[in-house]
Amino acid sequence: MRPAAPLKSSPAKTEQIILFRVSGQLFAVSSASVQEVRSADSMSGASTEISAPGIRKVSHVARRGDRSLFIVNGAMHFGLHAAEGALLFVLRKTRTALLIDGIEKMTTMTRLQALPLSFCHEERQWYRGLTALDQTVVPVVKPEGFLSPEELALLDAALLKTDEAAAAALEETNSAQ
Amino acid sequence: MTVSTELDLQSFVLLRLGERRFAVSAKQIAELVAPSRVFRFPHRTPRLEGVILRRGRIVPVCDVSEMLLGKRLTSRRFYLIAVRNYGAQREWVAMPVTGECELINAEMMAASESDAPHVAGWLSHDGDVIEVLNLDTLTPGPGQSLAEAAPPQSVEARP
Repeated sequence: MRPAAPLKSSPAKTEQIILFRVSGQLFAVSSASVQEVRSADSMSGASTEISAPGIRKVSHVARRGDRSLFIVNGAMHFGLHAAEGALLFVLRKTRTALLIDGIEKMTTMTRLQALPLSFCHEERQWYRGLTALDQTVVPVVKPEGFLSPEELALLDAALLKTDEAAAAALEETNSAQ
Repeated sequence: MTVSTELDLQSFVLLRLGERRFAVSAKQIAELVAPSRVFRFPHRTPRLEGVILRRGRIVPVCDVSEMLLGKRLTSRRFYLIAVRNYGAQREWVAMPVTGECELINAEMMAASESDAPHVAGWLSHDGDVIEVLNLDTLTPGPGQSLAEAAPPQSVEARP
């Protein structure tokens, strides 16, 4: 017996994707979702530490004008072995900069299959679906799935607290001088 | 044999997991395939090992042995690909099995309230009483609490 309807897939059009690794695991992301690729070192000077309760995957925030980018450790997000990320993907239309090991290659996917419904936990927020490339199955990540609205709210609160502490320290220094 | 008795017979596929046999309605079986590469990626759903590629489809692999036997399979010979219902939607799920499968016709006795949720019924075959599995509660799916792991039972009950 076969399922009555084929599994939901995207229309038959191609999409440029970037294959990248986190802790040795291969993932894909739409290249249209990646605004910038930066080396982790280049960002370290512009970032400050942040600590939000329960969100260990974010330890730094980068300021860009009035915008804050939360640096998400990809390995911690996916529950993989911790790895020193070398590159950052600044993800378009999000406040996420994703720390990854490196880029494998750029390629084209012709079919995105919906994540099977058996996968019913957090991974449904993580992935847009799966794609088969060269007889390998690769999960295609959802850029907005790295930080939930609740996590963003907690991070914003932690950021505010950090800013207030910094302002208070500055004021104390000025008054002492 | 009366007509009514004939109508009660249904087709089942008998599958082997370790030392035990279980049955699944033949209507729910798509095919039996040799093990192929399992592609693994991070996820948080218990019992799902990853996915296999089959006829251009990406099929999740769900190991139900721990729930049914209380331990994981050490060897697997085939994947039994079954059709899993998710409301109106149906998808393939591959279950590792340890031996050949057999198609039989038998009469199913309905499960009782005291049976585990994954038991759709019981059938008698070859002197054994065999659990008929309800895949919709045995394998994970959205908005559903999985049937609790059944304690390991002795090898098939004998009538």
